[in-house]
Amino acid sequence: MPKYLLLKHYRGGPEQIRKVPPMDQWAPEDIEAHMAFLKHVTELLEENGEYVDAQGLTPARTWVRYGGPGAAPVITDGPLPETSDLVAGWWMIDVESHERAVELAAYVSSEPGPGGTPLYEWIDVREVMSVAPSED
Amino acid sequence: MIDGPVQRWDEGALRALVPRVLAGLVRRGEDFDVAEDALQEALLEALRVWPDNPPRDPRAWLITVATRRLVDAHRSEVARRRREDTTYAEPRPVATEEGDDTLFLLFCCCHSDLAPTSQVALTLRAVGGLTTREIADAFYVPEATMAQRISRAKRTLRGRRLDQPGDLAVVLRVLYLIYTAGHAGRVDLAAEAIRLARQLTLATDEPEARGLLALMLLNHARLPARFDPEGRIVTLDRQDRGLWDTRQIAEGVRVLQSALAEERPGRYQVEAAIAALHDDAASAEETDWPQILAWYDDLVALTEDPVRQDPAAVLGRAVAVGHVLGAAAGLRETDRLREVIGDRHRWHAVRGHLHELAGDLPAAATAYAEAARLATNVAEHNHLIHQAARARASSA
Repeated sequence: MPKYLLLKHYRGGPEQIRKVPPMDQWAPEDIEAHMAFLKHVTELLEENGEYVDAQGLTPARTWVRYGGPGAAPVITDGPLPETSDLVAGWWMIDVESHERAVELAAYVSSEPGPGGTPLYEWIDVREVMSVAPSED
Repeated sequence: MIDGPVQRWDEGALRALVPRVLAGLVRRGEDFDVAEDALQEALLEALRVWPDNPPRDPRAWLITVATRRLVDAHRSEVARRRREDTTYAEPRPVATEEGDDTLFLLFCCCHSDLAPTSQVALTLRAVGGLTTREIADAFYVPEATMAQRISRAKRTLRGRRLDQPGDLAVVLRVLYLIYTAGHAGRVDLAAEAIRLARQLTLATDEPEARGLLALMLLNHARLPARFDPEGRIVTLDRQDRGLWDTRQIAEGVRVLQSALAEERPGRYQVEAAIAALHDDAASAEETDWPQILAWYDDLVALTEDPVRQDPAAVLGRAVAVGHVLGAAAGLRETDRLREVIGDRHRWHAVRGHLHELAGDLPAAATAYAEAARLATNVAEHNHLIHQAARARASSA
């Protein structure tokens, strides 16, 4: 069974179909519905036996690199161009096929936004490299 | 802790034996890590043997079997250390009180050479009697990671002198860390911390130990009201106070009063007094803010430079100031902290609360949104997003 990450992004990726304001500017009941849906996705995956992990990331980002011998690490924590990719969180799923992963990603993307209608958010689907021998 | 057929044997009773047996072995001069390994093996054997042959004296049985394991361990390295097996053949009676054993082990586990995460893990294992698996689950790390953390901590203690009284302040901090790690996993760490703190108060008269126990009880009493059925945070002013655990509140108040009677105040006693005042209010409107503010004055007076040394206390005081002297005064208090914790979510969350108190909903919404952006806890993040949206919707 292949594993996939279904990644949600704060920004980056193809241009969003639907432009929406930050969530703190939505109507409270729309936030309610959105969060209930995300919770429901996790429960659904658990019921299906497809759930591995789900995590959210804070938006703060720090880039770090080795500074050279005896030197302090080099740290960059912005400002970064608005177009740079920023992951917001993920589900890791263990599913029968790539098709199933795509199906689930599309379902996630139907999450309700302002007004309770789908967000059409792009979901980044990435296969996890397997340690099991490949089948072909 | 125990799976399978031994479930019949009372788990709490078995766990209560762990610190007593371990303390006995370490006091006798065994290395902490070797003794802990021997005890774990003895516990495994107990699970195997006890269902069919329950021992008459479980503690003596564990000491005997653990000692036998220690003898085996010593034999295998006898060339290196020429020790007398006979020393270990007959366990000497361990004639110490249960409380002393607990305190002794807490000092070992909270040794100042250990990092806080190690102190917490070792305390839960050696004093709490939790399995490595349970501790790993509680902190959402793989079991192998937690096993490694515990064995490194035990190795650090090897050769350290453990017969000196340790630092009680560190023990209290470790127990409070365990408490605040919460109740998210399969193991209720908050309840475990309360159990350990209760044992600690049997071993020491130090009023701060009782202050800590009281603080935990008085906060834990509100747990049933703190989240709604969907797992969302319910703030103190909106909680259904009928859900609060009055038995825990009563015990907390009793413990606190006995601590305060010693007239040696400390931060846990003061924080417990503040929690008690919140617990005492039949409704949010009846909260005795002037008295809470007076306790916060005491709290910030405990440190020389509270803005830098105890910003959380200054922030709590700012809320109380807001309720007693008005929101603008409260906001001015938070200004003093901007440089120190202005980049933390809690600073913005308190500002949001005070702006809301002042009726400035757009400013409250902005502060809550900023707090949400900085929050690192899922439930708090979601709660703050809601607060921001609510404030924005009401101001529109």
